[in-house]
Amino acid sequence: MIWNKQVECMSDDERKKLQLEKLQAIVKYAYENVPYYRKRLDEIPIKPEDIKTLKDIEKLPFTTKDDLRDAYPFEMFAVSKREIVEVHTSSGTTGKPTVSGYTRGDLEIWSEVMARGLTMAGVDDEDIIQNTHGYGLFTGGFGVHYGAQKIGATVIPISTGQTKRQIEIMQDFGTTVMIFTPSYGLYLAEEIEAEGLNTEEMDFKAIGFGAEMWTEEMRKEIEKRFNAPAYNIYGLTEIMGPGVGLECSAQDGLHIFEDHFYPEVINPETFETVEDGEKGELVLTTLTREGTPLLRFRTKDVTKLTRGKCECGRTLVRMERVKGRTDDMMKIRGVSVFPSQIEKALLRIDGVEPHYQIIVTRPHLMDEMEVRVEASEDLFSDEIKELVGIREKIEQYIHNEIGLRVKVTLVEPKTIPRSEGKAVRVIDKRTL
Amino acid sequence: MKVKQLSIFLENRKGRMKNALDVLETGGINIRALSIADTSDFGILRLIVPEPDRAKKLLEENNFIVKVGEVIAVRMPDHPGGLGEILGILDGQNINLDYLYAFAEQKNEMAIVLLHPENIDSGIKALVDGGAEIITSNEIYGL
Repeated sequence: MIWNKQVECMSDDERKKLQLEKLQAIVKYAYENVPYYRKRLDEIPIKPEDIKTLKDIEKLPFTTKDDLRDAYPFEMFAVSKREIVEVHTSSGTTGKPTVSGYTRGDLEIWSEVMARGLTMAGVDDEDIIQNTHGYGLFTGGFGVHYGAQKIGATVIPISTGQTKRQIEIMQDFGTTVMIFTPSYGLYLAEEIEAEGLNTEEMDFKAIGFGAEMWTEEMRKEIEKRFNAPAYNIYGLTEIMGPGVGLECSAQDGLHIFEDHFYPEVINPETFETVEDGEKGELVLTTLTREGTPLLRFRTKDVTKLTRGKCECGRTLVRMERVKGRTDDMMKIRGVSVFPSQIEKALLRIDGVEPHYQIIVTRPHLMDEMEVRVEASEDLFSDEIKELVGIREKIEQYIHNEIGLRVKVTLVEPKTIPRSEGKAVRVIDKRTL
Repeated sequence: MKVKQLSIFLENRKGRMKNALDVLETGGINIRALSIADTSDFGILRLIVPEPDRAKKLLEENNFIVKVGEVIAVRMPDHPGGLGEILGILDGQNINLDYLYAFAEQKNEMAIVLLHPENIDSGIKALVDGGAEIITSNEIYGL
């Protein structure tokens, strides 16, 4: 089934016409309502009226995460706070997160795009969706929730964790659709097996997953374990949350909802837009967002776009699943982590050298992160309990910064390799 | 009355202790007493050596982190209960020990215990008052 055939199966001409109208409107809207955009456009200078074709989007400046951080908390809002009914934030590298503000209209769009996406995965109003994404400032939980409600499915807003309860509920309630991060899904599958249960006797129809990088092998494993097809969900808080693009039954890329999000792929070094089919950094413009409209937001996600009618019948452009980043962000258990956050935590502790190395592994389906920190004379003590205390303090500071528990290991000085230019901060041993 | 002790940070990694000892060997420094405290991922090597300052410098030149601290060396009779008497003196004065290590001194049929109380000066006072035989650095170096 196709939720909104009219837009999901538009012809190229129809789509371009619709996108141009919306692009012109959003540039004008952002220019008139967000002082930041007025300033940026005036600097170039460019006026909203200068956008005459879709190609003219390339005249607009990029918006980066740093820009949004500078606007913390509410300076990117295009409407008064009275009209904002919900906010979400994404984690930031240097303290302040970025804030996304939603009007009632934005929530309606969010519900609409997620409804379309879940419909691609075969979800309908008969389904019971167990949503293990977190409900909170993270957009994962709410995005899925809104979309599922729009369809009329039954949502179990269980959030992450409480694995035993998850398993009990999926049996008792007869869950038909699971939403999880790939690593949590694999963990759940193991626990289900450990309890001696068989997923074939459960009645899963589809799995929706996202929020972290995964491999085709992981997908196959999840599909085998849950005995149901698994579909990728893409989104980012700045733009909306999950729902920017989702996979259809073809499982060959994610359809971007182009009537709301205008995608471009750029060469991250020259900033020039590349041709469809070429790899580069995904840049998104919100075409309809009221609360926080964004023009040419650099996602730092590496992908490529493919045009043409899909075997599912949709004509929406497809993006390849994200396999890399143009910055050093890592996804650990679904949480975005930048090495600079670790550095920041370390710098807060006297005596800690800024020489560190992050080792990411997935020893048992779940991501583990070890931070190796060089001990220094200032930090060293003759007392074991003091050294253990320092290690725990570093772990606590990092936890405060990134929200994840990590293992800190103190290592001898000058044992972390120094490299010329950019230091090798991260050793990712996971196969992504 | 106090004996200088070197504390060396060691990663719990194959060969690290030997590397440290090799540095001392190259420098011609003979170890008088040694103990190691370890956790799952790091350890502290504690050494009593003649010329502690030169040893520290040598180790630091080889990228080891070294702290020089102080311990009390007490001579006691090498028979069952010998250490208990010493600890009894400290206990009686409510003095807590962080750690200790001991070795036998064969030629005099005595043993030597190295003590690290929380407060070294009150430890010395208690031991002296209690009649323990505290020995000097030079005595240890000459053993």
